[in-house]
Amino acid sequence: MKSINVKNLEYRAVNAAICASSEDCRLSDCLGQRFIAAGMSDKNIIIDGVPGNALGAYLNGAEITVNGNAQDAVGDTMNEGKIVVHGNIGDAAGYAMRGGKIFVKGNAGYRAGIHMKAYEEKVPVMVIGGSAGSFLGEYQAGGKIVVLGLTGKKIVGNFPCTGMHGGKMYLRGDCEGVVFPSQVTVCTAEKQDMDEIEDYISEYCSLFGVSKADIFDSSFTVVTPDSKNPYKQMYVAN
Amino acid sequence: MSGESIINAMKPMHDRSNGLGGGFAAYGIYPEYKDFYALHMFFDARATRKNCEVFLKEHFEIVKSEIIPTRKIPAITDEPIIWRYFVAPLKSVLASLQLDEKEFVARTVMKINTEMPGAYVFSGGKNMGTFKAVGFPEDVGEFYKLEEYEGYLWTAHGRYPTNTPGWWGGAHPFTLLDYSIVHNGEISSYDANRRFIEMFGYKCTLQTDTEVITYIMDYLVHRQGLTLGEAASVIAAPFWSTIERKTDICDKEKHIYLRTMFPSLLVTGPFSIVLGFNGGLMALNDRLKLRSMVVGEKDDKVFIASEEAAIRTMEPAAENIWSPAGGEPVIVRVKDGAYE
Repeated sequence: MKSINVKNLEYRAVNAAICASSEDCRLSDCLGQRFIAAGMSDKNIIIDGVPGNALGAYLNGAEITVNGNAQDAVGDTMNEGKIVVHGNIGDAAGYAMRGGKIFVKGNAGYRAGIHMKAYEEKVPVMVIGGSAGSFLGEYQAGGKIVVLGLTGKKIVGNFPCTGMHGGKMYLRGDCEGVVFPSQVTVCTAEKQDMDEIEDYISEYCSLFGVSKADIFDSSFTVVTPDSKNPYKQMYVAN
Repeated sequence: MSGESIINAMKPMHDRSNGLGGGFAAYGIYPEYKDFYALHMFFDARATRKNCEVFLKEHFEIVKSEIIPTRKIPAITDEPIIWRYFVAPLKSVLASLQLDEKEFVARTVMKINTEMPGAYVFSGGKNMGTFKAVGFPEDVGEFYKLEEYEGYLWTAHGRYPTNTPGWWGGAHPFTLLDYSIVHNGEISSYDANRRFIEMFGYKCTLQTDTEVITYIMDYLVHRQGLTLGEAASVIAAPFWSTIERKTDICDKEKHIYLRTMFPSLLVTGPFSIVLGFNGGLMALNDRLKLRSMVVGEKDDKVFIASEEAAIRTMEPAAENIWSPAGGEPVIVRVKDGAYE
């Protein structure tokens, strides 16, 4: 693994250094550089410090580990690969994600997983260990969003799943007090629902050293679009 | 705290602005003149300054006037003539106009800015000052030698103007007396807000949407007597559906009252703002949180920025890093109300 000190390096230079390396990279003293590993398809990248916005945007297979918090727009439109954040994540994480996985140990900001989509074998997954801000999964069209609520705060803010028309959202617990739109179906997760995410939860547990039993001590709420009550005729009668 | 730390914090934020405006507000920097209004002014020509000084002398006792020290750097060009005046309104003038001191100073600043071409007051509070220019914020800080000032509260801003011109007066912060505002975003409700606030004597003259927030806060807090938190609930009011679901009846009724009383002061569109004042500050996001904001602490200091990276530049060991919710004000006051 190649160590690269990126202190005071401009973001283009950081990416150039990663590209120039023939092996995996560990970046130290990272502070706010944007677009790190954007579009990258190979290498494992470990980041010490605080990476800037749009970390791993359009990621295409690389794996990124952040030892700390990440800022806004992580994994914007990512296609493949994995992003692991050992802390909290800012707003709009996994925006329009179309494949790959994002694991966040702590909380996510506003608008996590909005516009997430899926196609055939491309099924993006985001697992948030703490709680998520408002507008979680807004316009979700595919993929899986899992929130574990391990930090004890209210599991999600206002207006989750607004405009949701595909995919699945899992929220640990009974979601008392959370208001969902009328166009989604909210139920307690059945065994086959849980089977679909068990591998991801196992992966979360091994990444962050959390006991699986502590996570499965509670039931999960699963949210899917209500196909009998779809969004229609909002703007034109068609 | 000197200005050096906040200048450094703006460096990793370089790409957030485009060099068309940078600025700082600093509180507690003029302790030796703390009882006087510090007018920071731009002039386009020496003759404008001379004329303006005649006007000032008719209305104020000027205890000190001087050029604001700057250093020549390649990044900052076309600077106007930049002066500051420490002044107190003449008692005889106040008596004849039957105005209190603050109101008089605020009106006089607006009069200069609207009626005196080429002269512009860009800061006019007590024991505080703003420093701004066309340029990147880290260069603006160097230009004004801000490392030589000591204050208890600093704010900074880099502009990326999208709808309005980049000019020296248009850089943030915007001020009214000791209020200063830095703002990231754009205000969709600007014209509705402007029409309402201009009914009360405020004039929007700066070709930018941000100044209207300064006047709204002055109107709500100073004239209407609202608390900062209540004012935040007016400009970033929760949705009616969110208010409807509130279980605390008292809180619910208060929000209904505020939205009903001040519907024209709801500020829509994305924003994050920091309002500085003598003794503290308030940071606030729009209710949808369409702009970023992060808060951190270390010992007796509080840090607020658009990105954690800026906080870590000032204090690598910052603790309790968190993001306020949309419409949730963060109000910080200096201990024991010092400097208020």
